[in-house]
Amino acid sequence: MTATATHLPGRSRRAERTLIGVAVSLSLLFVAAPLAYIFVRAFSQGWQVYAANILHPMTLHAIWLTTITAIVVVPVNVAFGIAAAWAVAKHRFPGRGILVTMIEIPFSISPIIAGICYLLLYGRQGLLGPWLRAQDIQVMFALPGIILVTMFVTAPFVAREVLPLMQAQGTEQEQAAVTLGASGWQVFRRVTLPNIKWALLYGAVLCTARAVGEFGGVSVVSGNIRGQTNTLPLHVELLFNDLNAVGAFAAASTLTLIALVALVVKAALEGKRG
Amino acid sequence: MSITIAGMTKHFGQTEVLRGIDLGIEKGELVSLLGPSGSGKTTLLKIIAGLEWPDSGRLAVDGRDWLGLAAQDRRIGFVFQHYALFPHMTVRDNIAFGLTVRPRAERPGNAIIAARVDELLRFLQIAHLAGRFPAQLSGGQRQRVALGRALAIEPKVLLLDEPFGALDAAIRRDLRRWLRGVHDETGSTTIFVTHDQEEAFELADRVVVMGEGRIEQIGHADVIHDHPATPFVARFMGATVELPVTLQAGRAEGAGLDLAALPRRALPDGPARLFARPGDILPIPDVSGPWTVVTRASTGAELRLVLTHPAVGEAAADVPRRTPGSAGLVPGTPVRLLLEAGTIFPAARVTPIAANPTHDLDRKEARP
Ligand SMILES: Nc1ncnc2c1ncn2[C@@H]1O[C@H](COP(=O)(O)OP(=O)(O)O)[C@@H](O)[C@H]1O
Ligand SMILES: [Mg+2]
Repeated sequence: MTATATHLPGRSRRAERTLIGVAVSLSLLFVAAPLAYIFVRAFSQGWQVYAANILHPMTLHAIWLTTITAIVVVPVNVAFGIAAAWAVAKHRFPGRGILVTMIEIPFSISPIIAGICYLLLYGRQGLLGPWLRAQDIQVMFALPGIILVTMFVTAPFVAREVLPLMQAQGTEQEQAAVTLGASGWQVFRRVTLPNIKWALLYGAVLCTARAVGEFGGVSVVSGNIRGQTNTLPLHVELLFNDLNAVGAFAAASTLTLIALVALVVKAALEGKRG
Repeated sequence: MSITIAGMTKHFGQTEVLRGIDLGIEKGELVSLLGPSGSGKTTLLKIIAGLEWPDSGRLAVDGRDWLGLAAQDRRIGFVFQHYALFPHMTVRDNIAFGLTVRPRAERPGNAIIAARVDELLRFLQIAHLAGRFPAQLSGGQRQRVALGRALAIEPKVLLLDEPFGALDAAIRRDLRRWLRGVHDETGSTTIFVTHDQEEAFELADRVVVMGEGRIEQIGHADVIHDHPATPFVARFMGATVELPVTLQAGRAEGAGLDLAALPRRALPDGPARLFARPGDILPIPDVSGPWTVVTRASTGAELRLVLTHPAVGEAAADVPRRTPGSAGLVPGTPVRLLLEAGTIFPAARVTPIAANPTHDLDRKEARP
């Protein structure tokens, strides 16, 4: 920046300031203002109303449902992410390219389409519907459906973070460990895992944030049953449609808080993941 | 442990990396694998270590087949070209690694491991670095840690892949002597990969010259230097000047060349090629000589001359600057060339290998 400034002192300084100004104003307008407004509205009728809204059984249930979903989805996706990245980065096998593409698919497909696909597969009229009904397993409009679709949507996060790191590190450390007598599991636990731990955590944080906030896909497969299959984002929408704006914003504030915490953790990890 | 390799081949996709390797290594011997990069040295080493598998061929150690043995069970000390230290472990933990991963029944106690690591740290003269992480070490220090980590498992076979490749010349020379000492003291069988001839010759009992997946020559430094077995070895050993000659009754003759110093060769009469080092060529001013000095540059100790012949082309000659008469070797001077040494090969044996530009690159790299 100093270099350009010495070349074109007047013009580039002005251009620089304008660009920074535009970027800051747009961020304030489109990101910070709505976030702040959530809390303003949530507290607009005072602490007590806010607390009552949060502690409302329906809201508590939604929080619980979202938490359970994240608790199941994140570890599964961490395991999947490590396995997929490990397979792709450290091995050569037929279909490797296809696996790389498959990992990315959930990023390029709208979650709502994922939801519909699951519905067509596991729903009552779906491909596996009759069989599932015979086994008395309820997937759609129940927790399993919510978990499955969230898992699909958030599948790439961990793999995407870990894969480039594993590829950059290559296989020499693992080979060294093998010549020193380490078993496959020892190689993984003592060499591979410590090398990717920050990227892994970073991916897990992104995955958690997304799992908690997922709306489109879940909205299709959950059936929006009040107090039963409403996750937090769905609950916010529901309250909003009920014209309970304060309640909606109170629920939204919990989501926002989770997102902000994730953001702080993510920023802290950013430097470490290397 | 003695190592026997027989008829070993290996390819990656379309690339033939090893094209039939036969090699026997004695117990306690230190052998250098010397060759330009891409000649398959690392691949051969990795096959011995159990990190790659050949397409065909045999690998036996002390008469026992090793291709069926997992890398974990071969107890080989492998030092990687780029060290491959574990970045999240201290020097001490890196060196202890091989001992700490043993199955519980065979694992020495913590006190024994600590004592063994201390002993190695002292032996490798890196005791003061025990608590550091690899990122806090210089290249030479990392190299010592890598060797310490390999030695900790008391390997019977030590494999080193261009261990000094990334270090500067002065440190390399020190480490070379030091490595020879380590080898002699541990009594292991050692294979050492390098593309630096000086390193190979100074360190090894025997040198194995590899080119394009084949063993070109095996021998001691002087033999390989004076009697290269193939044009490839001749070029790799610095005989970069290639001149057409004609053989008659074992004597070579060539345009403007004085070849009286060369020994007779038991080769059929006819066209042949002479490979010589620029340093073995002495231009002698001669008004009827068909060669002409084109350029002259001084490195202080030596004059670097480029000469040309209307039919043959260009040739390089390095002459000590204080050689009597060298002051007269200015551009434009007609000369004949006196060859002090050189190797003759039948013309047909000059294979396309000679035209491969990657070898030229490597040769330059190999001579700092
Ligand atoms: N894992 C691999 N996959 C594909 N090609 C490889 C692999 N390893 C080595 N090669 C190729 O094999 C050839 C020999 O490589 P290498 O054994 O590393 O030679 P060197 O150690 O003598 O430089 C090179 O052409 C290299 O590109
Ligand atoms: Mg190599």
